[in-house]
Amino acid sequence: MTRRTFLGMPGPRDGGPGEHPVTAPRGVGHLRGDESFPAAARKALADPQLRRNLAHATTTIRGKSARVIAELPDWQQLRDAGSALKADTMARLPELLEELEAAVTAAGGVVHWATDANQANRIVADLVRATGADRVIKVKSMATQEIGLNEALQEAGVTPVETDLAELIVQLGDDRPSHILVPAIHRNRAEIREIFLRAMPGVDPGLTDEPAVLAAAARRYLRETFLRTPVAVSGANFAIAETGTLAVVESEGNGRMCLTLPDTLITVMGIEKVVPTWQDLEVFLQLLPRSSTGERMNPYTSMWTGVTPGDGPQNVHLVLLDNGRSAVLADPAGRQALHCIRCSACLNVCPVYERTGGHAYGSVYPGPIGAVLSPQLTGVPDNASLPYASSLCGACYDACPVRIDIPSMLVHLRNQAPHPRTESAAMAAAAYTMDRPRLYAAAQRAARLTRLAGRRGRGLPPPLTGWTASRDLPDPPPETFRDWWARR
Amino acid sequence: MRIALFVTCLADTMFPAAAQATVRLLERLGHEVVFPAEQTCCGQMHINTGYQKDAVPLVRRHVRTFAGYDVVVAPSGSCVGSVRHQHAMVAAAAGDEGLAARAGDVAARTYELSELLVDVLGVEDVGAYYPHRVTYHPTCHSLRVLRVGDKPVRLLRRVRGLDLVELPAADQCCGFGGTFAVKNADTSTAMLTDKMRHVLATGADVCTAGDASCLMHIGGGLSRLHTGVRTVHLAEILAATEAAR
Amino acid sequence: MSARDEVLRRVRAALEDSPAPGPVPRAYRREFPPADLTLLVERLVDYRAVVHRGDPVADVVAELVTGTLVVPPGIDPDWLPSTVDVRRDDGLPAGLLATVDAVLTAAAVAIAETGTIVLDGSPDQGRRIISLLPDLHVCVVRPEQVVASVPEALARLDPRRPLTWISGPSATSDIELNRVEGVHGPRNLHVILLEAGA
Repeated sequence: MTRRTFLGMPGPRDGGPGEHPVTAPRGVGHLRGDESFPAAARKALADPQLRRNLAHATTTIRGKSARVIAELPDWQQLRDAGSALKADTMARLPELLEELEAAVTAAGGVVHWATDANQANRIVADLVRATGADRVIKVKSMATQEIGLNEALQEAGVTPVETDLAELIVQLGDDRPSHILVPAIHRNRAEIREIFLRAMPGVDPGLTDEPAVLAAAARRYLRETFLRTPVAVSGANFAIAETGTLAVVESEGNGRMCLTLPDTLITVMGIEKVVPTWQDLEVFLQLLPRSSTGERMNPYTSMWTGVTPGDGPQNVHLVLLDNGRSAVLADPAGRQALHCIRCSACLNVCPVYERTGGHAYGSVYPGPIGAVLSPQLTGVPDNASLPYASSLCGACYDACPVRIDIPSMLVHLRNQAPHPRTESAAMAAAAYTMDRPRLYAAAQRAARLTRLAGRRGRGLPPPLTGWTASRDLPDPPPETFRDWWARR
Repeated sequence: MRIALFVTCLADTMFPAAAQATVRLLERLGHEVVFPAEQTCCGQMHINTGYQKDAVPLVRRHVRTFAGYDVVVAPSGSCVGSVRHQHAMVAAAAGDEGLAARAGDVAARTYELSELLVDVLGVEDVGAYYPHRVTYHPTCHSLRVLRVGDKPVRLLRRVRGLDLVELPAADQCCGFGGTFAVKNADTSTAMLTDKMRHVLATGADVCTAGDASCLMHIGGGLSRLHTGVRTVHLAEILAATEAAR
Repeated sequence: MSARDEVLRRVRAALEDSPAPGPVPRAYRREFPPADLTLLVERLVDYRAVVHRGDPVADVVAELVTGTLVVPPGIDPDWLPSTVDVRRDDGLPAGLLATVDAVLTAAAVAIAETGTIVLDGSPDQGRRIISLLPDLHVCVVRPEQVVASVPEALARLDPRRPLTWISGPSATSDIELNRVEGVHGPRNLHVILLEAGA
């Protein structure tokens, strides 16, 4: 793995000869938005409640995270190890996946493989149908959101019940998740209360907007469902190749319920989540909670290896999902996006995310990591505005616990985005002029005259109207530096 | 010391005062400044907008222009960042390993102004006088690409008459981001609004930074709202003296 | 071609020209001083667990539990007060477990730095379900089970056992990113830290 620096330009794509990487299919799942980022962002920016909720939440989490990270004297060393472990994992992915498959199988689990969202959805729906269940309980999982599993299950006559509090808020509100870790981050307590009053069966009409009261309402609502549903669907934060152990990191205990109570447990996991050895978890279990919720350790982590007779689900399935990941892996300059451990620290420090929220990104993967991961999973043309949804300020790179160089990847992906024809022509003309100093000096003078003819720089032609809509341009200087230097 | 000025296309065209101040400051400190006239633009706009191939001739020109100088300075953290972290890789991606190596050499001898002053020339008190209330915005690329740290602040603290006030949430991006300011003008403006709010909260007369581009953005907003707060490049403050008043 | 072969083929093709990975730098802390029990207590309390240090287990349980107490089959009988209605888990149905008031278990490992307790399903900890459904979990930790940090905990644990890592009671940060204790798991976590040799 070549080491890149911030804003460094990596080499060109060098996929295998004749091999065209297969991206995530259209028409299924939630990796593509309905509109471009700037158009969606414009609406979000005009929502004062959203702006307030986001600013409050991201500021809170940044402070919490910084405090617990400061407690560890070896944080930077852990990041170095996490980064290298991920690079090593990607380089050895085929053998690690085979090792994982063998270990899970030996422990009594069943491993399935899915090339894309459609296959994965079909596998899960068939497994659920085989149990005869018409309802599944779900642990929050990015992979199942990505592939649109809930919609596929509904089509198959199965009701999926989201059990994570935030996912429940999103599901009851007929809404979309807007954050990797806290999908309802765009909602405040008053809005959550209204959603519960409107859509939660059997809710106490005297419900207040105290967070503890809202959490208790979810507890009461879901308790019976947990006890009566024989099938659960989960994701996985980590899968240990060496031992076949799967791990889910959570807070509320809904994960423990889903992973413990049902007879059948189906876990859907992206192939990049594999971790080589059991001991390697010592790096990620220190990095993840402190980067994500800003806790020294999240309240609950469950780990299971196949089937434990007499304890927990006796039918354990693991679905290994590609859905464009092999295409990401094929780009040496882009494959770092697969190192992501879904902590969402990059969202919380991103000045763009903080103002637009997650919905503007269109994909289930919002924020800086989403802006590099989604376009690669779908192919850049299907998410062409996302690589530009960043000011390249670099805060994400500093915050990433596995040191993913997101800014460099954004710059890299911009080369693959389809460019507006007028922009391409202007860029080519600018490059041509700038490679000819005399022409360049003449252009500088011409630009100055044009500006002097106008007034105060308001009303530049498109696309530069985006500038002058909110900002003045400075008055043109009396002479350029090079003219000043020449007469000095 | 003989120092080559990498003026940057933006300062050359729009903010010559910042570049002139850089020259005056370095000459006042006893150094010789030269201006290689073959320079134009480092290509950062092309690289960061997705036109890497168009940037290759600009990288080649930049490297050729500055190859013969021991020390190169630019009054821009962002352009130095591009030279240092992008040029060699643009060349390598274009298959020109020789250019990549030469670009690496030039990059190693190229400094942002505060780096040059503090690290290379070993000076913090440049003998400046600037009797204004000033707040400093540490631009993202100076802060997180070049890691200039508190060097600009150390220089400002030694300026006589200057009342330096801390900018709240200083490390937050101002929303410029090159073509981001145009392609995502709404989000850019939302970020700018918060930056301006923080600048105004300091009660400063002047907002300074080491990047003319961010200052153009922040200053453009402050001007549009008739706030009465000016943006002034760090070089202009460091070049100001009592005698010059 | 099976989906399995297709996925593996794609991944291999994607990696065709990739260089071999370098060694993983492990400069982070891997050697630790003996665990600081006071730190464990601080960290547990910080995440809203209630800690009883050195008190006889049976006394604490008698004080905390008024109704039914479920215990794993291998629980130390000396920990059980005579005043409490004890149900030993021999495969109790979930519906019944959901109605008991409290559960008493031992632990496998505790981590001082993070305030974490790990259960591994040993006979004195029992099935995962018993420490999940009751609203009060009383967990007994022996001082020799306490390690300083996460790497030591992993080294002591057997990944083939079902593991539950517990750091404070059930909590959520989903509402405005403020931590609220008490969602689906036990809303009350009491930890009894035994004295050495107890």
